[in-house]
Amino acid sequence: MARQKKLRTINHRVVLNRSAGGDFAITFMLLLLGLLIALPMYLQIINAFKPLSELFIYPPRFYVTSPTMDNFKNLFSLMSSTWVPLTRYIFNTVFISIVGTFGTIMLSAIAAYSLSKMNFPGKVAFFKLVIYALMIPAAVGGIVTFILISRLGMMDTYWAYIVPAWGATQNVFLMKQFMESNITDAVLESARLDGASELRIFWQIAMPMVKPAWLTIIVFSFNGLWKTSTSIYIQSEQLKTFPASVTQILSAGIARTGEQAASAFILMFVPIIVFIITQSNIIETMGSSGMKD
Amino acid sequence: MSKKVKVDVNRKDMTKLQWTWHLMKQNWVGYVFLLPFAVFFLLFTVIPVVASLALSLTSYNMIQAPKWVGFDNYIQMFLNDDLFMTGLKNTLIFAVATGPTAFILSFVVAWFINQLPPKGRAFMTLIFYAPAMTANAYTIFAWIFDRDSYGLVNGWLLKLGLIDSPILWFSNTKYIMPLCIGISLWMSFGTGFLSFIAGLQGVDKAQYEAAAVDGVTNRWQELWYVTLPNMKEHLLFGSVMAITGAFGYGDVVTILAGSPPTDYVGYTLSHHLGEYANVRWELGYACAISVVIFLLCFGANILIQKLIRKVGT
Repeated sequence: MARQKKLRTINHRVVLNRSAGGDFAITFMLLLLGLLIALPMYLQIINAFKPLSELFIYPPRFYVTSPTMDNFKNLFSLMSSTWVPLTRYIFNTVFISIVGTFGTIMLSAIAAYSLSKMNFPGKVAFFKLVIYALMIPAAVGGIVTFILISRLGMMDTYWAYIVPAWGATQNVFLMKQFMESNITDAVLESARLDGASELRIFWQIAMPMVKPAWLTIIVFSFNGLWKTSTSIYIQSEQLKTFPASVTQILSAGIARTGEQAASAFILMFVPIIVFIITQSNIIETMGSSGMKD
Repeated sequence: MSKKVKVDVNRKDMTKLQWTWHLMKQNWVGYVFLLPFAVFFLLFTVIPVVASLALSLTSYNMIQAPKWVGFDNYIQMFLNDDLFMTGLKNTLIFAVATGPTAFILSFVVAWFINQLPPKGRAFMTLIFYAPAMTANAYTIFAWIFDRDSYGLVNGWLLKLGLIDSPILWFSNTKYIMPLCIGISLWMSFGTGFLSFIAGLQGVDKAQYEAAAVDGVTNRWQELWYVTLPNMKEHLLFGSVMAITGAFGYGDVVTILAGSPPTDYVGYTLSHHLGEYANVRWELGYACAISVVIFLLCFGANILIQKLIRKVGT
C-alpha cells in the first residue's frame, strides 16, 4: 500500500501525523484562553495583598508595588470584634467539613460496593435513580428538604449542614463506576471462598484498591462543605460558618474591597492546594466517570 | 452471607417471583450495605422531588395543612404571573447560552490540553478548573466591573478616553445578562471538564496507531473517527453536568447584580422560587415553580442523552 510508506515509525511504533502549524495554533489558542481564565483569579490574589492606597488608585493597577498583609489583619480584627469569636466560625466550618466528608465517604463507598460488586434484584433500578438524580438541580427539592429538616428537629443544628451532604448522589456515582472498572471479581471471589465476610472483603480488599476514588470524594465533598455559606436552616450566630460570617462583614460594601479579596484568597487557597496534591488521583477517578447505560 | 452455597435450586423449577425472592434472600447483605446511603438519598433527594410534585397541587404555608387546589398554581403561573414568565424566559436564555457552550468549550479545551506534555497538562487543568473549584472567586468581578472609576474596566476605559463617565455594569439592563453569561462560562470548567480530561487520557493509544494505518492523516480526523466514539460515556456525563448547572443558575446573579436585579433583567426561576419559598411562604406555589425547573432540566437532559447516544451509530 502506498499509504503505508508515509507513516513514520520509531521503534516500530507509529508516529502520528502532527503538523507543526496545528501544534502552534492549538498551543496559541490554549494560552490565550488560559490567560483569560486566569486573569480574574490573578487579580483576586493580587488585590488581597494591595494596600488601601493601591486599591483605590486611578487608573486601577494589574500589579502590586508594595504588597502588605494589612487586608488579612483588618479582616481578622473586624471578625474578632463580632460577639462570636472568629475561632468559633472557623471551628464550625472545619467541623462540618470533616464530619460531612467522613460520613459521605463511608456511606457512598459501602453503597457503591454493593451496587458494583454484589448481585441483588433492584440494584439496576436503584442506580438508574441515582443517575436521574444527577439530572436535577438542587433547587428543585429545596422546599421539601427545608420542611423535612424542620420536622426532623434539625433546624439550627449542625445536622442541617451535614445530613443533606450524606445523601450526595455524585459521590456514589463516581465510586460505583470506579469500583466497577478497578476491582476484579476474581480477587473478591477468592476471598469469598476463603470464607471472609462481605464486610471484611469490602473494608480490607475493596477499599484499599479504590484509594483514588475516595481521595476524590474527600476533595469534592470537602470543597463543597468548606464553602458552605449562609444557610436558611441556621439562625444562631454561634453555628454560622466562616464564609457566612465573612459575607456578613463584607456586606458593608466598596470600602471593604481589600478585606473582601483577603477572605476570598483564604477561601480559595485551601481547595487549590488540596487539588494540586490530589490531582493525579482525581483524574484517575474521573477516568471511569462515564455513563455506561 | 452470599457464599456460593450449593443449593438444590434450579431456576427452571421456579416462577419468576420465586426466583427473585431466592436471589433477594441469597444476597441480603447487598441491601444492608446499600441501606445507610439509601436512607439519606431517599430522604433528601428522592422524596423532596416527588413531594414537590404533590405539594405543587396545594396551597401550603407550613403552618396550616396543605389545601388541595388542583392545577390552580400552574394556571396562575402561566396566566397571571408576569415575573414567572420573565424568570422562565431568562432561565431558558441562560440555559441555551451557557449549557451547550460550556459543554463544547470544556471538551475543546480538554482536547487541546490533552495534546500537551504531562507537566503542561496538569498545570493547564488546574488553571481552567480553578474558577469552578473555588466557588467564591467570582466575587472579583464586583471589582473588575465596579460602578465607579476605581473598578478595573471603568478605570481603564476612562483613562483611554473610550467613555466619559463610568458605566454601571451590573445595574445597566444592557450588560447584566451578557456579563452573567460570561462569568458563568468562566466558571464552567467543572466536574465535566475533569471527566473529559481523564477520558481523553484513557483512549487506547493503539487505536490511534491503527487509525493511522487505516489512513487517518491528521488530528481532526483522529478526533472524529477515534476520539469522539471512544469518549461517548464521558460526553454523556459531561452533558449532564453542563445542563444541570445551566438550569440551576442564579447565585452569581444574586451576588453581583442584586436580588432582584434592575428591572428583573437576569431574574431566573431560581430567584422566583426563592421569592415564594423564603419571602412569601407560599410553598405550594414555590413547589409548582420547582416542578417547572425540574421538567425543563430533566427533559433537556433526557433529550441530549438520546442525541449523544446516537453519535456514531
